[in-house]
Amino acid sequence: MTKHDSRKIQQIHEELHSHLPPEPALRAKALESLLVEKGLVDPQAIETWIEVYSEEIGPKRGAKVVARAWRDPAFKALLLEDGTKAIAQFDFVGHGGGHLKVLENTDKLHNMVVCTLCSCYPISVLGVPPNWYKTAAYRARAIREPRAVLKEFGVELDGETEVRVWDSTSELRYLVLPQRPDGTDGWDEDRLAAIVTRNSMIGTERDLGPGKGNG
Amino acid sequence: MSPSEQSRFAPREGAEGDPVFDEPWQAQVLAIAFRLAEQNVFSPAQWSQTLGAELSAAAAAGKPDNPDTYYHAALAALESLAGSHGGVSEEILDDRTEAWRRAYQNTPHGNPVKLEAGLKR
Repeated sequence: MTKHDSRKIQQIHEELHSHLPPEPALRAKALESLLVEKGLVDPQAIETWIEVYSEEIGPKRGAKVVARAWRDPAFKALLLEDGTKAIAQFDFVGHGGGHLKVLENTDKLHNMVVCTLCSCYPISVLGVPPNWYKTAAYRARAIREPRAVLKEFGVELDGETEVRVWDSTSELRYLVLPQRPDGTDGWDEDRLAAIVTRNSMIGTERDLGPGKGNG
Repeated sequence: MSPSEQSRFAPREGAEGDPVFDEPWQAQVLAIAFRLAEQNVFSPAQWSQTLGAELSAAAAAGKPDNPDTYYHAALAALESLAGSHGGVSEEILDDRTEAWRRAYQNTPHGNPVKLEAGLKR
């Protein structure tokens, strides 16, 4: 077997098991199921407690989705074609309702997401929306003068770059796929995910860099 | 449980604007701990002591002071108390963890994962 083959096999193996939750999640699941069997824990009570705090789960999931799309062309193709289906392989709990459409930024195109009506937002992948997303000012101005709004977020676009603004609904939510920054060749998924900011996935930030992240 | 005792199961406060939990399992760990204390399987004080000891051990081992370290310590504390007070030995827990791993591996994407899928060999 050549070196190339073994690498390929390893890659297939990783893809097959990509919906495996991380080790601590498996242990927590194991603990819960054992304690439920012993009658010490009521699964409904656990569910209720998590619901109370679930809004506190943040945008790391979205960052993971972006990082995988950067590394894996097949995943990226699926993600752009059917975002809802693509993220199903992550086994995120509490995925909320509606469909997810993923919008790819390119050199000539910048995508930006708003909800003009209220604050529809892909909570399943980005957690709770930031306060500015809910403001009347952002909701109105994102459509009317997106370039001015972007400038206030520090995004300077040249005249060549088209801006598309997407208005979310309760049935259809959007996630921006930012461009992978230079200088990140060979990075693994976790390292890439760490530089993907929340705002870049809403479209109010454009240029990510190897030194940025956790925003 | 008194409010001050309940607060011992509250999430670690994030920096301003940061989410409290990065991963759902972190919420699950605190939820289970809270529930066990509510059922008097162990006391809130025992939880605090055990979690405190795990956090000290993590700090002594040079782990960074971040949410990841905190929730790994919380999981270790819960495993330890589930062993001493809940009759869940490390061996049983390891076996069950492997069963869940197999269940995930044996279940096609998009289908609900059931433990039975991991018990079959």
